[in-house]
Amino acid sequence: MKRIYSVQVENRSGVLSKVAGLFSRRNFNIDSLAVGETDDPAVSCMTIVSSGDERTIEQIEKQLNKKLDIIKVKTFDETQSVSRELMLVKVKFNKGNRRDIMETCEIMKAQIVDMSKNQMMIQICDIPERTALLITLLASVSIVEVARTGTLALPKCDS
Amino acid sequence: MTGADAIIKCLEAEGVDMVFGYPGVAICPFYNSIVQSPIRTILIRTEQNAAHAASGMARVTGKVGVCAVTSGPGATNLLTGIATAFADSIPLVCITGQVSSELIGSDVFQEADVTGAAESFVKYSYLVRNVNDIPRIFKEAFHIASTGRRGPVLIDVPIDIQNAVVTRFKYPEEVNLRTYKPTVKGHVVQIQKVIRELEKAKRPIICVGGGVLLSGARQELREFAEKHQVPVVSTMMGISVMPTHHPMYYGMVGNNGKPCANRAMNESDLLIMAGARVADRAVSQPDLITENKVLVHIDVDPAEIGKNVGPTIPLVGDIKHIFQEFASQEITCEHSKWIETLNDYRVRMEPKRHPNPDYVDPAALIRILSEKMQKDGVYVADVGQNQIWSCGYHIVREGRFLTSGGMGTMGYSIPAAMGAKLGDPSRQVVAVCGDGSFQMSMMELATMRQHHVPVKIVVLKNNYLGMVREYQHYTYQDQYSVVDLSGSPDLEKLAAAYDLPFIRLTNMDGAAEAVERFLREDTSMLMECLIDPMDLVK
Repeated sequence: MKRIYSVQVENRSGVLSKVAGLFSRRNFNIDSLAVGETDDPAVSCMTIVSSGDERTIEQIEKQLNKKLDIIKVKTFDETQSVSRELMLVKVKFNKGNRRDIMETCEIMKAQIVDMSKNQMMIQICDIPERTALLITLLASVSIVEVARTGTLALPKCDS
Repeated sequence: MTGADAIIKCLEAEGVDMVFGYPGVAICPFYNSIVQSPIRTILIRTEQNAAHAASGMARVTGKVGVCAVTSGPGATNLLTGIATAFADSIPLVCITGQVSSELIGSDVFQEADVTGAAESFVKYSYLVRNVNDIPRIFKEAFHIASTGRRGPVLIDVPIDIQNAVVTRFKYPEEVNLRTYKPTVKGHVVQIQKVIRELEKAKRPIICVGGGVLLSGARQELREFAEKHQVPVVSTMMGISVMPTHHPMYYGMVGNNGKPCANRAMNESDLLIMAGARVADRAVSQPDLITENKVLVHIDVDPAEIGKNVGPTIPLVGDIKHIFQEFASQEITCEHSKWIETLNDYRVRMEPKRHPNPDYVDPAALIRILSEKMQKDGVYVADVGQNQIWSCGYHIVREGRFLTSGGMGTMGYSIPAAMGAKLGDPSRQVVAVCGDGSFQMSMMELATMRQHHVPVKIVVLKNNYLGMVREYQHYTYQDQYSVVDLSGSPDLEKLAAAYDLPFIRLTNMDGAAEAVERFLREDTSMLMECLIDPMDLVK
């Protein structure tokens, strides 16, 4: 079972390692982890995607709540949230596949943000499944390197 | 005023009267400032024991135990003591010196990242970066250690911070922690649910853990068990919640527990776990105990509820508050038949030992010892076979039983006993250890002598690491590996070296008189008991 934790933490040094350490010490998975400051500079928001059985998912929330640097833990699954991931992919191209790559980008609503004689950098910001799909679509192209932010998510707006 | 002076002021404001520790350069400003203070300092002989001694003191007084050691090896030596306190939820504030702030991270002499190393077994830790934060940090640390689920808090103080000038010192009256608000009062609806289940139950039982003692709910729990005639069993950490011979008490559960206690727990239809973790030694197959029964789990730490076993009714809060709440409610229940059944189990299922008459029988000795101890005496059991025998045969009246239950740290008993005695000098304190665990802490005989701490020590000597030998007996068909303790010192000569009166008991002849002599005066004494090397706890 996949689960997203949106965790507000005190913006202090060492907090990231405490949270990451909790996951490794308790044998919890981290599928992805993204951290950034919130509107309040004293508070950071960590978006953690994890998976496990029901008991594990509940334990993760409880153990996070026990940490004194953690202000608030919100947890939800993908259907209850809006989630996005930003990915940059650098690929090698040649005359033969240049068009194909550009077409793929167009279909996937990805942008080409940098280019040289034989390399281009593609940017996509979409739900995590679609960023993964872009990688699959580019499988026939020679990928130089990839950078991903990991999932960012917030629960859907109150109605 | 320096940072070190400010730390001492904080400790005084918290009512600390004793600090256990070991100095080194990085904590020297602290030890320099403490000279002017009425706070007593105890020089322990290795840092780990500073935490154990503070733990013994905390457990007897209910106050936060304090220890202070230097950076690097001092701090890393302390780690096992901190982990031991964490596993048993003992409130400690541990102060470590650290290298100068600007040198942190450069691997200078005696630098160790102790807050990083200790992270997974402290309740919280601080690295002090600004001298003016000292009052707030200490106020928070004592609050965090002593509330909610108790535990050790580590404060790492770089030497430049200890030497820096404090521009303003005001000890805060309140803590302001937005992220820490432990639940004390139990939820009304949940309490009502528990009462309804109790009224319905035909075979209820309470399993008490260390949480009952930590919240000071011994009285409340006993009264509840008596008033409603609910049988009680305990985990190792819950021993001494109930007097051994209390009619409602059926002993310790678990793989080293009493058969009748385990049977009682298995056959119950309502199990109330109170301040117990449902850890592997108490409940080997957590999923099974929920079969055919309603499980109520009461704990101050919500993360313990549902961690190892899914409860039917979770109840988060302080045990004392919750049992006070139960006491104020009208509850009608009747299960005299269940009590009759259990009383029958208690008689029929008492395990029979076949002691070797050529040696001291540890079970009989522990029984005599605990019966002859003062009524409110403190019995500190170490780890190994001695611990299991102590759990099984020690008779609690109004006293306390201390041991390292969660971590199982060998060498705990002597320093913890010293801490207990210093915490409450009016009580008799006896440490019982094996010859393996004794040798892990025997350097503290000097501390006892130097600081005049009249602790009694019993060594059950079998020249083996008995618990591991027993495991190898059952698991590896007596192929013993690294368990022979040959080379151990002559304890009589060792006692003489420390000016310690000594008694040797070679068999049960005259055991009662020897124990009386051992306990008669409030002085330190060492009693060596030769036990059968092949004796087993099971």
